[in-house]
Amino acid sequence: MTTRREFLKSALAVSATAGSLDVAARETHRAPPTGVGLLYDATLCVGCKACVAACKAANGNPPEFSTADPLWDTPLDTSGYTFNLIKVYRHGTMETKDAEQNGYAFMKTSCMHCADPSCVSACPVSAMTKDPVTGIVAYNPDQCIGCRYCVFACPFGIPKYQYDSPTGRIGKCELCRHRHKDGYYSACAEVCPTGATLFGKTTDLLAEAKRRLALKPGTVTTFPRGRLGEAAIPGVQWRPEPDQRYEGVVGNYVQHVYGEHEYGGTQVLKLSGVPFEKVGMPKLPPYSSAATSETIQHTLYGGLIMPIAVLGLLTWRAKRAVKPEEGDDA
Amino acid sequence: MNAHAKPAPLGGPLLNAVTFTAGVLIAVMAVIVLVRFFYGLGAVTHLNDGYPWGIWIAVDVVIGSAFACGGFSVAMLVYIFNRSEYHPLVRPALLASLFGYTLAGVAVIVDLGRWWNVWNMFNPWTVNPSSVMFEVAVCISAYIIVMWIEFAPTFFEKFGMTEAKRRLSKIMFLIVALGTLLPMMHQSSLGTLLVVAGEQIHPLWQTPLLPALYLTTAITMGYAVVLFESCLASAAYRRAIETPLLTPLAKVMLGMLIAYLVVRVGDLLWRGAWPRAFAPSLEAIFFWLEMAAFVAPFFLIGSETQRRNPARLFLAGVALMLAGSLLRLNGFLIGYQTVIGAETAGVNYHYFPSLTELLVTVGMFAVEVLGYVIITRRFPVLPREAAHA
Ligand code: SF4
Ligand code: SF4
Ligand code: SF4
Repeated sequence: MTTRREFLKSALAVSATAGSLDVAARETHRAPPTGVGLLYDATLCVGCKACVAACKAANGNPPEFSTADPLWDTPLDTSGYTFNLIKVYRHGTMETKDAEQNGYAFMKTSCMHCADPSCVSACPVSAMTKDPVTGIVAYNPDQCIGCRYCVFACPFGIPKYQYDSPTGRIGKCELCRHRHKDGYYSACAEVCPTGATLFGKTTDLLAEAKRRLALKPGTVTTFPRGRLGEAAIPGVQWRPEPDQRYEGVVGNYVQHVYGEHEYGGTQVLKLSGVPFEKVGMPKLPPYSSAATSETIQHTLYGGLIMPIAVLGLLTWRAKRAVKPEEGDDA
Repeated sequence: MNAHAKPAPLGGPLLNAVTFTAGVLIAVMAVIVLVRFFYGLGAVTHLNDGYPWGIWIAVDVVIGSAFACGGFSVAMLVYIFNRSEYHPLVRPALLASLFGYTLAGVAVIVDLGRWWNVWNMFNPWTVNPSSVMFEVAVCISAYIIVMWIEFAPTFFEKFGMTEAKRRLSKIMFLIVALGTLLPMMHQSSLGTLLVVAGEQIHPLWQTPLLPALYLTTAITMGYAVVLFESCLASAAYRRAIETPLLTPLAKVMLGMLIAYLVVRVGDLLWRGAWPRAFAPSLEAIFFWLEMAAFVAPFFLIGSETQRRNPARLFLAGVALMLAGSLLRLNGFLIGYQTVIGAETAGVNYHYFPSLTELLVTVGMFAVEVLGYVIITRRFPVLPREAAHA
């Protein structure tokens, strides 16, 4: 008769071996230095929703209705057919723009193109991928099995499934990557009349955001529109644009560039006059949940070392207990 | 050593009130599933942009597969810990597991929004080994195959294929080992599935220890199901109850339960999530329901005399099945909240399963019952009894 103690001893030996392999924690990924994204400045946004319409057109998405008469595209949230939305914050008398008390403010909702995207880590079939150069988080419907784990995982509630279709896809902003080959950048940035949404290299956008935060509220400064800087992407030649800069008043910012550190950083950055949590941007730690999840996975299954060791132990035990002549009972 | 009664078919009619009802429920399910495939998930479910996963995932797959851990839990006890006295429990438990898992696999396909691409899950060029979902899917698929092999001797016996049975018995130890490893891997990973969702999972159910919590509860649920099922099968088939086996098994179960509760409560205290259990919220209510169900078995079968009472064993099994289910339901649905920027949008997502959604879950369960009845009546699964009705 073998004893349970004997089993426990060997079990301990196995865990000791696995433990001494020194499985390194998976660090939070950083965005590629060449990564592109958007800068949204809520204090410049006038809520015209030109970007919402442009996004629909650029992605061939149908209008969605939330009013009794289906007259205008009126989605209440992003969906499988709405990849970009301007939401409104309202408080009290709504007198002052960008004021937390008795004020109102706008906030853009679209994919943040995370440095370490939860959707990419979650997707079992690599239908969500992050481009190593542009950092754009792209979706491939031909690979997607529709498990909606990306929907479940995204900390910003971005990917959405089309439940009304037997062949529904995941819908999300892909930073208009399909327009790049023709020299066009993000439609939402292109049409924005005030430069509240800018397209550019994330490092350039971050520098611009910090410049604004350093200015004195109420003073006058120059704001770019459309595309900021070169935003060089290999093989892409942007169409020439006239100088669209204009003089404007510096807003009363919360001193925080949203997306600089959240989950290791995002390639879409945001500025706001109202605290970010109030306008629907969640408070997130500087490390990504993808890193936590993958650290667990790699610790347990890295190189299949642990499973193989445990299997060896189990086989040895089972070989003693399962006798061939009565193996029928197994 | 092995003086146990050989398993034998029960015999008896296949058509009765139970099997008829199951048949009707299965037919209803088939119609709903057909509608789902022609008109989309939205046509039959209440899934929405805030709740991408409903009961088909949380109940049919996550809870359903944990219910199906009886086979693995008992086999582990018998073959790994060499407790051969539990041997007669192996086959019936394995049968229930076989059905539970096979159906969880089917339920996943029904739930997949782009099911025709599912082969990508097994295509080395597309898989993402870092994805928890990938690991779960591959281990569950492999385990279903392993279990059918483990169960094959039953069919070989029935059809008198002695040669095949003898050959299989030579490598059975390997199959048994695999059949223990694979569920350990995916039952823990079913918990890890929640980790990547980060802040969207309520702190009462979001911890890096999720794999450990889900694994231990899956094993205890496995024993609970055996208690439940043995009592039920004895009552339904009017057979003597296997109390001499169930009493010590219940004790093993309580031991694991203590270990679980220490880790669970310790983790809540360590992470500072404990105060959230006292906030007036739906989450807190469900947390206490879950905890109550986990503690109930100690009051029901805490003493040796109580553990000899079949009714108490049955109730303790039910309580623990409920407890493990609540842990999973709470993590995947009650404690889940998509980020929507609530104050800006004015939208709020709610989810409660639709009738059709519920009927599919019920239908899956009916398949299990029907399969169990047919197989136990026609194949050698339950231990032979001298005289039974
Ligand atoms: S915002 Fe969501 S969908 Fe976009 S990259 Fe990040 S995790 Fe993925
Ligand atoms: S729904 Fe598609 S893209 Fe999203 S995780 Fe599943 S397979 Fe990947
Ligand atoms: S980048 Fe393109 S897809 Fe993304 S929000 Fe802007 S317009 Fe829409």
